[in-house]
Amino acid sequence: MLPSSGGQPPNPRTLDTVKHANETPGTEQPWAELGLKQDEYERIREILGRRPTGAELAMYSVMWSEHCSYKSSKVHLRQFGEKAPDNDALLVGIGENAGVVDVGQGYAVTFKVESHNHPSYIEPYQGAATGVGGIVRDILAMGARPVAVMDPLRFGAADHPDTKRVLPGVVAGIGGYGNCLGLPNIGGEVVFDPCYQGNPLVNALCVGVMKHEDIHLAKASGAGNKVILYGARTGGDGIGGVSVLASETFDSTGPSRRPAVQVGDPFQEKLLIECTLEIFREDLVTGIQDLGGAGLSCATSELASAGSGGMRVELDTVPLRDSSLSPEEILMSESQERMCAIVEPGKVDRFLEICEKWDVIATVIGEVTDGDRLEIFWHGDQIVDVPPRTVAHEGPVYQRPYERPSWQDELQADDAGRLPRPGTPEELREQVLKVVASPNQASKSWVTDQYDRFVQGNTVLAQPEDSGMVRVDEETGLGVAVATDGNGRYAKLDPYAGAQLALAESYRNVAAAGATPLAISNCLNFGSPEDPAVMWQFAEATRGLADGCLALGTPVTGGNVSLYNQTGETAIHPTPVVAVLGVIDDVARRTPIGFASEGHLLYLLGDTREELGGSAWSQVIHDHLGGLPPRVDLEREKLLAEILVSASRDGMVDAAHDLSDGGLVQALVESSLRGGKGARVVVPDGLDPFVFLFSESAGRAVVAVPRSEEVRFTDMCGARGLPAARIGVVDGASLEIQGQFSLPLSELRRAHEETIPALLA
Amino acid sequence: MTARPSPTSTLDGGPAGRGNTRIGVVTFPGSLDDRDTQRAIRRAGAEPVALWHRDKDLKQVDAVVLPGGFSYGDYLRAGAISRFSPVMETLIDQARAGLPVLGICNGFQVLTEAHLLPGAMLGNNHLHFICREQKLRVENAETAWTADYTAGQEIHIPLKNMDGRYVADERTLDMLEAEGRVAFRYLGMNPNGSLRDIAGITNEAGNVVGLMPHPEHAVEPGIGTGGTDGLGFFTSILKKLVNL
Repeated sequence: MLPSSGGQPPNPRTLDTVKHANETPGTEQPWAELGLKQDEYERIREILGRRPTGAELAMYSVMWSEHCSYKSSKVHLRQFGEKAPDNDALLVGIGENAGVVDVGQGYAVTFKVESHNHPSYIEPYQGAATGVGGIVRDILAMGARPVAVMDPLRFGAADHPDTKRVLPGVVAGIGGYGNCLGLPNIGGEVVFDPCYQGNPLVNALCVGVMKHEDIHLAKASGAGNKVILYGARTGGDGIGGVSVLASETFDSTGPSRRPAVQVGDPFQEKLLIECTLEIFREDLVTGIQDLGGAGLSCATSELASAGSGGMRVELDTVPLRDSSLSPEEILMSESQERMCAIVEPGKVDRFLEICEKWDVIATVIGEVTDGDRLEIFWHGDQIVDVPPRTVAHEGPVYQRPYERPSWQDELQADDAGRLPRPGTPEELREQVLKVVASPNQASKSWVTDQYDRFVQGNTVLAQPEDSGMVRVDEETGLGVAVATDGNGRYAKLDPYAGAQLALAESYRNVAAAGATPLAISNCLNFGSPEDPAVMWQFAEATRGLADGCLALGTPVTGGNVSLYNQTGETAIHPTPVVAVLGVIDDVARRTPIGFASEGHLLYLLGDTREELGGSAWSQVIHDHLGGLPPRVDLEREKLLAEILVSASRDGMVDAAHDLSDGGLVQALVESSLRGGKGARVVVPDGLDPFVFLFSESAGRAVVAVPRSEEVRFTDMCGARGLPAARIGVVDGASLEIQGQFSLPLSELRRAHEETIPALLA
Repeated sequence: MTARPSPTSTLDGGPAGRGNTRIGVVTFPGSLDDRDTQRAIRRAGAEPVALWHRDKDLKQVDAVVLPGGFSYGDYLRAGAISRFSPVMETLIDQARAGLPVLGICNGFQVLTEAHLLPGAMLGNNHLHFICREQKLRVENAETAWTADYTAGQEIHIPLKNMDGRYVADERTLDMLEAEGRVAFRYLGMNPNGSLRDIAGITNEAGNVVGLMPHPEHAVEPGIGTGGTDGLGFFTSILKKLVNL
């Protein structure tokens, strides 16, 4: 496919040098196989004033891929900047490896969620493992010590045979890689829906902590500074991962694309982390970038275009795992566990010494120049001579046509409120058991027990809590909380509202744990941008998210877009996943979800309306998706969050759980099982028991209030205008809905905990 | 005293004339819980000392902990490569001469590979990594690392491993039982298929102890399991060294 010269000294007849490209303008080039469109290829020729060399073509093809260039999504993503709320906490915004947020006491936190969807379908273990590895290096490259990971996951129907292939592989990959890095996995999601059959979503999030002064940026400046590639040797794995894998729709009849998936070595990554942190401590780098998608093409062009000068790289000095690799392949390889640093000449020796200490291979492969070109040489012959910005930042931008799909009205008219409801208390009881035992609502501990949640010794909360929380400072107790949420069913019914509901839920989860929400990251998983209906979903979801972030005052710090999540004509539900980061002054004040103390009073906060569109109940009992998702009220979400945080800070609540899919009854069951205590609950006057238990109205939480704090708590809610209804008391070993039914916790536990192991173990 | 034990708590002391009690924590490439173990040592009131795998020098520490992790990626076999590192050369000799050594998880695997403790660790019988809060019974409260517990005491500490199934031949198991060298046993459930529910063992002299669960992750209220059941390992050794 590609002109190849081999790792041996070049054969002048086959090496496609810049000189050779100039002399042979008519050479046929494999731009289509590399995923480029005709007009994109023409543009490259125009930029260079000649045909590209094989190496240049390789670089442009990966960097101009959908995955790297955001060419279809860019015009919509701009809103995250344009509508950004004023927020002093944002230290580094969109565009760097990850955004950075001030959390006080001199600390900064960086976090980001990214997708590794396509590779994880083809090769679940390695796809998921390298997804973790990639996001961890992004966080590391900002100068931070990675302190936690989370994985929002979505799979096909829980009982589909292929789910049994994909899910255990993905979970083992996340565990196998993350556990070896010593990063606690503190949350995430596992969602099943037939729409993800053939297109599982494997998103990975990492959080890192640093002091303000430790922030590092990806730029190459200072002529004469050295470019050091360190970490694993470069191999033939993951070639074209971003272009041929992540940026096209799967065709089930094509050849296996397994060779485009990278292979991970967590041990090497662990060494890379410790080595890099030691290098940071001694202040040895002026710029740093991890190698992920698009490998060296990305790192060299991004570093060079962000800096003040140019860059010269001797590509034949790159340590190889396979000496037969061609220069094009070396530039495109997505071999894992590699970083690229810009180092002043006087600091190179010390840099290499630290690498040697950690058994990490490090090689000076080039230097920053005072020119404005990225120049790459192969055994002395020039094979790349490009303006780096044209590779890294000035790729194509598409205004893809979008149109509200013709079926949207019909879908929204198919109101879930018309579905048959349970007619008797016995039927209601039976449906409660069915819903809490359904794969989406069941306990996910079979999955999360395969992840280490204790390592580093700072874990305050981990799944199944509302959000994960880790301590940042041992002396003061400063901590951060992160939650990720997304509901593709809601987003399918209304992508604008669906994106805001994902934001609101994640925001609420962080607040329920007692942390103040600060900023967000997002991973936008959608079908093919070439389908106007999908593009409409994307446009609506980004608009909804940007408006929502403005309303809540939480800026978008960065994130990732994953398109082409579809097989043939069928796209996944639009699935914007939102991660909210919050801060808590003292983790000792965190609020867990579990009902642990008998006699504490249960209060339902917020308004319960009859909202069943996209609900867990409609899915489990009727296999139905239609109507409108719950109404969004972001002012209410803000108020609820303020109340939850104040209550936590002042010790007014003992437990809090947000209400989302599955409604109140799901929250009651989870809190009872978590804390080991049952609850006696009374249906408030004027509410239908079924709606009370199963409605998914947003902006709600259930809290357990010690009797001694009741007056103070209700006064606070009253004064600030938040509806708070006393609905019961923590008591006994059953969940009793008075006048309806009683369910022993032992029966609930069986229903809730046996489903996933039975399907997957 | 404040709620947070300070690095200079009342337990602080040490062998006469040497100042603080110093407990080494070895970092192998791929060690994960080394910093956590150092924190646990500090919380108990002793001084943690970082030891590096390439360094034969034990820096005159009074005891050593081999922490959890995946040293050398657990490639080949968990603990099999670490056992040959320079630091282990010195450590093996000194452990035989009585230096207190605690091996946690991967550290336990290293101790069996080094033949300081009998038996071996195989992959969990269910073939998955497992992370859970594990109930244990302290069977032997007379070792250097367990004296602050009482025999029969039940404790909750985290367990997290891939290769945690303790095995040995019947004769060795009988010997361990007869000599009271089963230090900890799993209660409630056996999480990995370990023979006779063994979670940890000691050598004959009681100075070398290894276990799969992680006491260093249960030393502070509100963090990890939320309890402090693991702190006893570190206060045990400290008291022993102070009272030398």
